Amino acid sequence: MSTLKYQSQAVAKPYFIAAIGLFVGQIIFGLILGLQYVWGDFLFPEIPFNVARMVHTNLLIVWLLFGFFGAAYYMVPEESQRELHSPKLAMVLFWVFLIAGALTVVGYLAVPYATLAKITGNDLLPTMGREFLEQPTITKVGIVVVALGFLYNIAMTILPGRKTVVNVVLLTGLVGLAVLFLFSFYNPINLVKDKFYWWWVVHLWVEGVWELILGAILAYVLIKTTGIDREVVDKWLYLIVAMAFITGIIGTGHHYYWIGTPEYWQLFGSVFSALEPIPFFMMTLLAFGAVGKRKRDHPNKATVLWAMGTGVMAFLGAGVWGFLHTLSPVNFYTHGTQITAAHGHMAFYGAYAMIVITIISYAMPYLRGQGNAASWKQQYVEMWSFWLMTISMVFITLFLTGAGILQTWLQRFDDGLPFMVVQDKIAIFYWMREVAGVVFFLGLILYIVSFFVKGEKNEKGIA
Amino acid sequence: MSEVFSKSMARNIYFGGSMFFVFLFLGLTWHTNKELPKTDNRQAITEEVALGKKVWEENNCVGCHSLLGEGAYFAPELGNVYKRFGNSKEAIKAFMKSRPVEGIPGRRSMPQFNLTEEELDAIAEFLKYSSEIDAAGWPPNIQG
Ligand code: HEM
Ligand code: HEM
Ligand SMILES: [Fe+2]
Repeated sequence: MSTLKYQSQAVAKPYFIAAIGLFVGQIIFGLILGLQYVWGDFLFPEIPFNVARMVHTNLLIVWLLFGFFGAAYYMVPEESQRELHSPKLAMVLFWVFLIAGALTVVGYLAVPYATLAKITGNDLLPTMGREFLEQPTITKVGIVVVALGFLYNIAMTILPGRKTVVNVVLLTGLVGLAVLFLFSFYNPINLVKDKFYWWWVVHLWVEGVWELILGAILAYVLIKTTGIDREVVDKWLYLIVAMAFITGIIGTGHHYYWIGTPEYWQLFGSVFSALEPIPFFMMTLLAFGAVGKRKRDHPNKATVLWAMGTGVMAFLGAGVWGFLHTLSPVNFYTHGTQITAAHGHMAFYGAYAMIVITIISYAMPYLRGQGNAASWKQQYVEMWSFWLMTISMVFITLFLTGAGILQTWLQRFDDGLPFMVVQDKIAIFYWMREVAGVVFFLGLILYIVSFFVKGEKNEKGIA
Repeated sequence: MSEVFSKSMARNIYFGGSMFFVFLFLGLTWHTNKELPKTDNRQAITEEVALGKKVWEENNCVGCHSLLGEGAYFAPELGNVYKRFGNSKEAIKAFMKSRPVEGIPGRRSMPQFNLTEEELDAIAEFLKYSSEIDAAGWPPNIQG
């Protein structure tokens, strides 16, 4: 028995399940990568590092997109106070996206990448072989089609319905996501230009439009779980996304220091990106403020934990670890080292993985007909998985930061030692990272287990 | 604060601020594009470099290496490999040709891509072109 306000919200469920499934795949390949760092020829030549890495990062992006889509399908009917325009379209797009994604990963693993490029016609419109954008061009077209269908469905629900700030910000973020992805089709021979616009996808996603999606989901969950006044949240949300754009757009310049672009970017990029932690800090303040001044005790404690965790970890990963290497005189030495990897991990986990898990945690009990929250026993296990994953991600970040500091010191100062010599010297950090990675994986398994824990039905509190 | 600072003020900061910085960014993009010929080594771009970039992409080299500091961190920086190998395209080609198919036991190994002579020449030429982009003095030393 579903306990949904609007029946069409149910389409969110398969999206969330797919997201979690792909997340598991992502982490398995993360563990393979981590092992290859210290056991160089592990799975070589069957699964070379670059192949495993594509699978790891692309699964990450795809599961986050599944999460965002699911979040929108769940939130938008409730916010607009009407059923989704077309649940059928949502389900068709679900299968198209899942099958296209699965075929792409199979393609990565089954044939050499050059063969994949050939059979998918990369010659016609070469877009492959760039970090995060490794998908065959035809897959990219598929992503655009799915995104357009999705936007149509969401917009046709929002526009005739009640327009809340959450809805408007969410829709703006999702439109931005789709529009900026179009730059993945622009791949000039000129390497400097290629890199310049590559960042319009990558940076303007995570430090631009995705922050709108993040802010909107966080605001929604806080309104629902703490009963905080919408007027107050709306104001905060506007200011958060304002700061995201004010700092993050010119902040793109922190990627234009050393790629053959004019040197004034060192000034612009440093100044504006140094301010980029502000919107993340405001999200932390909003989360803690809302929970501190809550007007109700929602029985879903796990969701509140995930929401506050998102605030803290996004600020640490994006804000603090981003600031660490964002000033151009620092970045000169740390650019493209394990410091970058440390930051990339904590930022993606803390901001985007955690916000998706937050909305899943909030919505799943309704989607599964459990009432407004899962049983205490189930929540207890879920909260354990929160701590396992989050603390091990802190350690992954710390070990990679240690590796990165040593790498920078040994390789980049004075004459420097050769790359591989340095890698051997810092192998202990990679071993420790892998151990932390195994704990992360256990946390993820526990998270999945939490969905199957039986316990007394939890009916306390308000819907 | 609620009386002094209203929701519509917050919204205006959002719309106004975003618009302003979008246009500033577009302006800077326009200016950057105008300045690029001074630094981006475009005069060195030939048919061969274009083929080299395609070979670079279609073998996903960036999945292990970085190029001008961007990419993966599993294998050495290649933006300056031409210089590190003593300004020698032959050295790059020889290295790529000599990778053992089964890898090097216990070590991080580079695949044997079985490139043609033409592709090897092209990738070497592409890496030479990359090494001559004016990247504001980066990397700090020859190790990349
Ligand atoms: C949630 C938001 C963020 C995410 C998901 C994120 C993720 C990433 C990732 C994955 C990379 C590596 C890109 C590559 O492979 O080349 C990166 C690079 C970088 N990020 Fe972030 N980031 C976020 C926010 C920030 C913020 C707020 C700052 C600054 C305060 C920042 C500063 C940087 C810098 C300077 C680099 C370049 C590192 C280098 O030179 O190698 N990031 N980020
Ligand atoms: C078991 C845990 C994990 C392990 C062992 C692991 C390992 C790795 C390795 C070895 C790389 C390649 C680094 C390189 O290029 O040399 C990588 C890249 C990456 N991973 Fe993970 N990973 C794990 C979990 C995660 C999680 C949970 C996330 C995000 C939610 C994530 C996001 C990323 C991103 C964004 C990159 C690209 C980073 C960059 O370009 O700077 N990983 N991972
Ligand atoms: Fe960035």
